[in-house]
Amino acid sequence: MSSDSASARYPARRRRNAIWLGLSVAAAAIGLIGLVMILVVLVWKGFAGLSVAVFTQNTPPPGSAGGLLNAIVGSLLMTVIGVAVGTPLGMLAGTYLAEYGKYSRLAMVVRFINDILLSAPSIVIGLFIYEVMVAPMGHFSALAGAMALAVLVVPVVVRTTEDMLNLVPNTLREAGSALGMPRSLVIQRIGYRAVRAGLITGVLLAIARVSGETAPLLFTALNNQFFSTNLLRPMSSLPAVIFQFALSPYEDWQQLAWTGALIITLAVLALSIAARALTATTQQK
Amino acid sequence: MTEIAMPQIDAPGSKAQMRERAIQRFAWNDGFFRLLTQGAALAVLLILGGVIGSLIKGSIPAFQTFGFGFFTTQIWNPVTEKFGALAPIYGTVVTSAIAMAIAVPLGVGIAVFLTELCPPALRRPIGTAIELLAGIPSIIYGIWGLFVFAPFLQTYLQPFIIEIFSNVPVLNSLFAGPPYGIGILTASLILAIMVVPFVASISRDVFDTVPPMLKESAYGVGCTTWEVIWNVVIPYTRVGVIGGVMLGLGRALGETMAVTFVIGNAHKISGSLLAPGTTISASIANEFTEAVGDLYTSSVIALGLILFMITFVVLAIARIMLMRLEVQAGR
Repeated sequence: MSSDSASARYPARRRRNAIWLGLSVAAAAIGLIGLVMILVVLVWKGFAGLSVAVFTQNTPPPGSAGGLLNAIVGSLLMTVIGVAVGTPLGMLAGTYLAEYGKYSRLAMVVRFINDILLSAPSIVIGLFIYEVMVAPMGHFSALAGAMALAVLVVPVVVRTTEDMLNLVPNTLREAGSALGMPRSLVIQRIGYRAVRAGLITGVLLAIARVSGETAPLLFTALNNQFFSTNLLRPMSSLPAVIFQFALSPYEDWQQLAWTGALIITLAVLALSIAARALTATTQQK
Repeated sequence: MTEIAMPQIDAPGSKAQMRERAIQRFAWNDGFFRLLTQGAALAVLLILGGVIGSLIKGSIPAFQTFGFGFFTTQIWNPVTEKFGALAPIYGTVVTSAIAMAIAVPLGVGIAVFLTELCPPALRRPIGTAIELLAGIPSIIYGIWGLFVFAPFLQTYLQPFIIEIFSNVPVLNSLFAGPPYGIGILTASLILAIMVVPFVASISRDVFDTVPPMLKESAYGVGCTTWEVIWNVVIPYTRVGVIGGVMLGLGRALGETMAVTFVIGNAHKISGSLLAPGTTISASIANEFTEAVGDLYTSSVIALGLILFMITFVVLAIARIMLMRLEVQAGR
């Protein structure tokens, strides 16, 4: 009897299987189509405004032609400083987690907190930097913007550094120690070298992460209509300009916002793909 | 005895002395490097402490003035300096809830497709594409939402929804009012689109941890693919999927730019999902630089503190869940 009812249930089970698997394929189709659509629109609208002037002229007042030069330079400058400050700190902390602390209570806590900082809302980081830098200094500055970005860089680099150093085979470390190398040299000369590509990947990912960040810059670096490289004054950045121009009623500003969005997206995608290619080559070795 | 031995070692340039010095230098450098890394690790804790500390310090005036009422009133009036956080909190919770309700089935569906159904040749390209999309800056989603998605909703979807639900009791008030295009629903949908790649890529990684032998034995006793997913894969990875979902929720709660573009920034709680509203992060982004007066600034910072606390709890739960899965996988 049981075998009878089992075979009677078989068509129903087949049907249920087909329905749910169909839904899962549909989910994948909807998700992919939606995401591809965003990219297509972005490329289409962004390319319409792409010209040499975008890279050679400053942001215009409404109604006249211009480019995004000051915003691009500002973004590059703040990103470079942010990464230059955040990377060494992150790498050292990651080294502690992978090499020295490992199972210590401090390392456990730091690992946990770092993972939370990794996905903490970036706007809160902006408020933090405003409180500790902008408010005491009395004015907005590019330096504060760069520090906000540095705070966002640290958790990314900590994470990748730890993960990468964990890939170093212990036999390599032991070989170094057996030659009489002190621990710090084993880490610097063997550990870092073995996973150099991985560490670079981490930095690339961090740059990709911060180069599109808008929220923390809004009230640290603010924005600047003019070309400026003074770190103690407000500075323009691509995301902030996109935010301002997109919400404006002027069509030429909106066009520049689309073009800026395309530039950022291409930069971020290029960085992520480079990071991936690097990881792929190290894993093959 | 040592006194006699010392002069010999002290002889300048002797091998033993150079060795001694080298060892000392090594030991010193070694200790220094260790302390340096330990200091950097402590700095990570310091950053978190600094974030919490500065937010608490900044929000003291607001909490002193409004007390617990800050959480329960929805008045937000810069002119009379009366502030309450209820509308932004409501907006944050509602948009995130709707976004997750849409993104979780879609994301898990994509993960099932990628791990169980997808032709192997397409598996890597599609997986990589989804991971790359998870890294696109949120402002891109915002500008797309404002110029493409909101007008589309306004002209096609919203009038249609208002029309079909106009005679259904509860739903007609939920979907009432003129189709603005921007509003709570639009923000929720944009958030959903942003969170899908997150949920999908984490769920896929988590599904990949299921030992093939478990799945094969289920197939061996005659299970259909769906039964294997439902009775083997999902129970085995439940903790990890929940962790991934919480991670996506953390992102949705704190998301700023995408939401700011399309939510309309209205400090009021409306029964209709089509009406403009605001979220905590959108309020901060829109108003912080315009905030004049200590109380206004402090109220905005207090919003930031509330947001940080909510996301901290959500992310902490997410990490604990994912850690439990790692322990399970390590066994």
